[in-house]
Amino acid sequence: MEKFRGVDYYGIETLLSEDERMIRDAVRDWVEAEFIPIVPEHHRAGTFPIALIPKLGELGVFGATLKGYGCAGLSSVAYGLIMQELERGDSGLRSCASVQSGLVMYPIYAYGSDAQKDRWLPVLATGETVGCFGLTEPDHGSDPGGMKTRAVKKGDAYVLNGTKLWITNGSIADVAVVWAKTEDGEIRGFLVEKGTPGFSTLDIHGKFSMRASITSELAFQDCRIPLDNLLPNVQGLRGPLGCLNQARYGIAWGAVGALMACYDWALQYAQQRVQFGKPIGSFQLVQQKLVWMLNEITKAQLLVLQLGRLKDAGTVRPQQVSLAKMNNVQAALDGARMARDILGAAGIVDEHPVIRHMLNLETVNTYEGTHDIHTLIVGRDVTGLDAFGAA
Amino acid sequence: MKIVVAIKQVPDTATQVKIGGDPKAIDTAGITWIVSPYDEFAIEEALRLKEKRGQGEVIAVSLGPDRVKEALRSALAMGCDRAIHLNDPAWANADTLATAQALAAVIKQEQPALVLCGRQAIDDDMGAVGAQLAEVLGWPCASWIMEEAVDADAKSVRVGRQVEGGLEVFDLPLPAVLSAQKGLNEPRYPTLKGIMGAKKKEIKDVKAGDLGLTPAAPQVAVKNLEALPARPPGRVIQGEIKDAVKELVRALREDAKAI
Repeated sequence: MEKFRGVDYYGIETLLSEDERMIRDAVRDWVEAEFIPIVPEHHRAGTFPIALIPKLGELGVFGATLKGYGCAGLSSVAYGLIMQELERGDSGLRSCASVQSGLVMYPIYAYGSDAQKDRWLPVLATGETVGCFGLTEPDHGSDPGGMKTRAVKKGDAYVLNGTKLWITNGSIADVAVVWAKTEDGEIRGFLVEKGTPGFSTLDIHGKFSMRASITSELAFQDCRIPLDNLLPNVQGLRGPLGCLNQARYGIAWGAVGALMACYDWALQYAQQRVQFGKPIGSFQLVQQKLVWMLNEITKAQLLVLQLGRLKDAGTVRPQQVSLAKMNNVQAALDGARMARDILGAAGIVDEHPVIRHMLNLETVNTYEGTHDIHTLIVGRDVTGLDAFGAA
Repeated sequence: MKIVVAIKQVPDTATQVKIGGDPKAIDTAGITWIVSPYDEFAIEEALRLKEKRGQGEVIAVSLGPDRVKEALRSALAMGCDRAIHLNDPAWANADTLATAQALAAVIKQEQPALVLCGRQAIDDDMGAVGAQLAEVLGWPCASWIMEEAVDADAKSVRVGRQVEGGLEVFDLPLPAVLSAQKGLNEPRYPTLKGIMGAKKKEIKDVKAGDLGLTPAAPQVAVKNLEALPARPPGRVIQGEIKDAVKELVRALREDAKAI
């Protein structure tokens, strides 16, 4: 197959600034050279290429939109393009960057004390230090407000008890941003360092999706953390939801990358694969699938570009992020399944990236707010009626 | 130590080249342009030299139309300090000698201790500009270098250049012109901060008149471009193996003249 050169049916390229294009191309080249050759073996083994984390830091991916602390201070659109290119490689690669940037660096930046920012942001930016984000629990996924993890103040420490599940990079993280309820029932954020007594992790095995990514359980058993490790400047569910809003924005872009990878591959395959004496791309049913994918890519690209412009203008609403996450991930998942279908039997082996993306997208469809939950967020927004709330 | 790196913008290596309506040029529609890969080795080496010595300036220079600014911007994003764009319609048909003369004129103004370039550009593969530039400047030149070491007071450089089966080692007095071979180094990726920083760096536009030059008519001109002929289809020899082998040997000897 020929080298990936992006998909741009509507000349959307011209809507990007020169530095946005250069940033996208730099990340695209990096992914092509450093990641694409090694991802199949990591996917098979169920491992993440941890050695790439400092290299991603050197490139400047982590916390790329933040100002200061060694971060690049990019626009949201440039950040989105980075996520797109990373997920063109693998959803696990984008997840690693999403978590570090949107779920760890962002809350420290937005809700942390100056001491917390000075200590953590520079080393998280370089990738010397890895972070993770603990919100979801075994019994509380879409309903994080019901979390059971508790942080009780005792003398000079908070004592944490509880379990967090489905935590990307949990077992390799040097610092975890953990959300827990204090005695007054408020949700607060805490920084828990690796090695703190009472804090342990366990990796989740047997995944059929997001295999080239580390997914862990975090357990806190009478885990004492210093009072200074509380994130001082936020309380309530809006703390973690603010972080998720950052990460969901990145996912909406990332999904476009995964879909472009599947489309590009399926298109080339359809032009080369001969059945009944002609390329399968000449058959109407195959063309219909390819055009469907191209159509969805084009719409998704315009959706996230405008979303990014709104974000850069500071006027974006979380419900708009929900719409883009919901739409783009669904399109990517459906498109990946079509691409898999076009590849026929070849579509089920990891020599081709399509099934890896397809399986990853099952996770992407679910995490950071499921497709259904985002639908109901937008539904509540337009009707003014809350589908989750008590009757 | 001041170093000038001469670079060329070329079509991406994955480009499927098509001949344009004017058969003297390729169709540039839809082409993605990149810095010629050998020139990236030159940029990288210049940046490493500057970093190793803890001081100095690296200036990227390129000749070509407006789009060449993007290549210069890439060089700045990698870490070059400033750039000079030889941008004048008078150079539209510049051959390698006219290019070398233009580069030489700007290099005389800058007076660097060293000039680096790629061993050849990957579009027309002429591989002539580096040596011609050295000739116009009257400076020593080493091509296809695999390693270099500038001495402590930047008076000379020891280079290893690739030859069949080994390295040829030369000492050259500075200033000199060196052209980079693959293997000299592993070029860095421009970092995202580097890309943002590149916006603030200078790209100076220079016209032929600014250098006191009037480009002469090119000595080498492209008359015509032709696509490679389509490969003829393969031939399957049918029949009994015994006869087929005989026919294969005959065809290889008499038709293909391969044995």
